[in-house]
Amino acid sequence: MSDARSSEPRAIVSTALGVGLATAAYGVPFGAAAVTGGLSVAQTQALSLLMFTGASQFALVGVLAAGGGVASAVATSTLLGMRNAFYGLAMAPVLRVRGVRRLVAAQLTIDESTAMAIAHPVAVDDGRAARLAFWSTGISVFVLWNLATLAGALGAGALGDPRDFGLDAAIPAGFLALVWPRLVDRRSWSIALAAGAVALALTPFLRPGVPVLLTSIVAVVAGVQAVRDRTVR
Amino acid sequence: MTEIWWAVLLGIVGTYAAKLAGHSVPERLLDRPLVHEISDALPVALLSALVAVQTFAVGQELVLDARVAGVAAAAVALTLRAPFLVVVLVAAGTAAALRATGLVA
Repeated sequence: MSDARSSEPRAIVSTALGVGLATAAYGVPFGAAAVTGGLSVAQTQALSLLMFTGASQFALVGVLAAGGGVASAVATSTLLGMRNAFYGLAMAPVLRVRGVRRLVAAQLTIDESTAMAIAHPVAVDDGRAARLAFWSTGISVFVLWNLATLAGALGAGALGDPRDFGLDAAIPAGFLALVWPRLVDRRSWSIALAAGAVALALTPFLRPGVPVLLTSIVAVVAGVQAVRDRTVR
Repeated sequence: MTEIWWAVLLGIVGTYAAKLAGHSVPERLLDRPLVHEISDALPVALLSALVAVQTFAVGQELVLDARVAGVAAAAVALTLRAPFLVVVLVAAGTAAALRATGLVA
């Protein structure tokens, strides 16, 4: 595999393809989970084309499949997508695009494209490598993600009872794999355990989807605490 | 239009608005320590809550079934740095194998 930090154009593009293939590997289970969760192939692909942010897509499908309402499904996926606003904040001065290209850039602003672009310091070449990394990764992930979720969505229809294949265990495992890289210190582990406990404690009393949404309060408390800790020090 | 289409369309509007906001709103509105900290914590909280609920809940009921073993196996795979697809397959395979024995629901 090529070095993600090499600023040679060919190395950047080949890394972008590698990232696209890695994302496609979880596009397949997403497509399958969406269809077994009650979405049509068209609805699944509308999400991949137009929502195009994996964790939010998984969450929307997960909440709906669990019997949650439209409001909690939409709110959970939108809250999960809030981080993309901060990626956009970091990318805007690097990309310097206006008009239609800015609308397209916004759609491609996700974990992968931002991470690849940030690996290339703007000071070195006025952002040329960072822009190439952003666009090539964004386009590669977009194309391969959409093909992969379509394959998963079409394939799921061929299966019998999804429980016989353990697909109901694959969905929480997918969420675990998405949160895993974010569990880097004691604070993140505390947030994770607190949120899990709160969601389970509320489950018997509230409609599916609402307990998960309410754990955003855990995130707000943790955020306030983090800022307070920093000002005390 | 069905409920699912409403969820899909409104979800698309919400997530795209978040993406576009980063590229459009003045930096000083978003670039505050508290907003950064909360936005870092949000995915951790929501994804962890989804792991918990999807592992233990059926509707509003909490149950122990083969999913628990599947997710535990996925955690082991993650500590061994397995890629996403392997993690998901390990979870599904573990749950499916346990069910096939007929001992676990």
